[in-house]
Amino acid sequence: MSDAPKKVIFEVLRYNPGVDARPRMQSYEVPAPKGLTVLDGLLWIKENLDPTLSWRSSCRMGVCGSCAMFINGKPRLACANQVAHLGGGKVVVKPLPNYDIIRDLVPDLEPFFAKHAAIKPFLIRKNVEELENPSGEFFQSREELINYIQFAYCIKCGACLAACPTVATDASFLGPQALAQAWRYTSDSRDEGAAERGKEVFTAHGAFRCHFAGACSDVCPKGVDPAFAIQLMKQFMFREKLGGCKEKHGTEVAPPVENWTPREGIPKPPDHSV
Amino acid sequence: MRESTLWFWHIIAGAVILVLLGLHMTVMHLDDIIGLYADTTAWETVIARSQQGFFMVTYILLLGAALYHGLYGFRSILFELSLGKGCQKAINWLFLIGGLLLFIYGAYVAIAVYSMKEVVL
Repeated sequence: MSDAPKKVIFEVLRYNPGVDARPRMQSYEVPAPKGLTVLDGLLWIKENLDPTLSWRSSCRMGVCGSCAMFINGKPRLACANQVAHLGGGKVVVKPLPNYDIIRDLVPDLEPFFAKHAAIKPFLIRKNVEELENPSGEFFQSREELINYIQFAYCIKCGACLAACPTVATDASFLGPQALAQAWRYTSDSRDEGAAERGKEVFTAHGAFRCHFAGACSDVCPKGVDPAFAIQLMKQFMFREKLGGCKEKHGTEVAPPVENWTPREGIPKPPDHSV
Repeated sequence: MRESTLWFWHIIAGAVILVLLGLHMTVMHLDDIIGLYADTTAWETVIARSQQGFFMVTYILLLGAALYHGLYGFRSILFELSLGKGCQKAINWLFLIGGLLLFIYGAYVAIAVYSMKEVVL
């Protein structure tokens, strides 16, 4: 019996806008040893068969979010999906839907990041002086952290927008990623920017366009559940309109810890750098 | 008007519809259980019901809620077609004026039937 790994067919979308009239599919035969990921397969093609094949990738461990692609009909991370787990047969790889194609498997993520930037993905405080020249850290309890931490796991891979049926019909829709991040910051106990962020989020193409199809949560490789975040954002706004929400004040700067002794063997923390 | 206010009233209208449509279904289809009228859909019964203040008010409320909820929903669908700003503005005005006219007409009918002294059967 031969020890050579069995082979698998990779069908990859190829498109060079400057040259090709329209995208086409190209097949490659790739040896598939145990544990081969889709990204490994693409790298093998690039190294052995076709150096012109283009895509984005970086960390190869599902952290950077660069290699999101439309693999066998679903947006997934190429590095986090093994060929053996895709149901056998062919591996069909296309760029993420709902984005323009720059080349081959490289989607144009400019609109995606523009939407992300639009919702002000950072802590907004009324006391700008403290933000600019911090005297310490803003206090946050464990419970307050748990309140939003799930939504902070977003790696900006763009898979959620590729799966969203509303983005498919309304290009102006902010999309699940930006809206989930809006809730991530709005629900942060240190943030005071709900009203400012709301001006971007509660628009005709903002949170209200979400149909709650849940496709974004289904494909999110980090389990962020953007659909849930959008519903929480809507609930927050609804309660605010009903008058049920008090004006939120961000947590104060944590007081310095005094009179404490580190446990034996634990090194002292470095001096404050700011 | 800010989109959040429009959406807020869309949800409120949905809740109102839920209650009033529930009431409507109860009156119209569960008559065997509640026993309010002998024949719920008979002409005499319909007129008698329309001449009660409670039903007149609920008809107008249901009309307003259903019109607002439906038109806002339809507007949302149209807005997803990536229309231009001018087109969106035109839809806003068209739906506002059209909705108001339909509401005024419907409310007029409900009030007119309620106010009739004698109904020729």
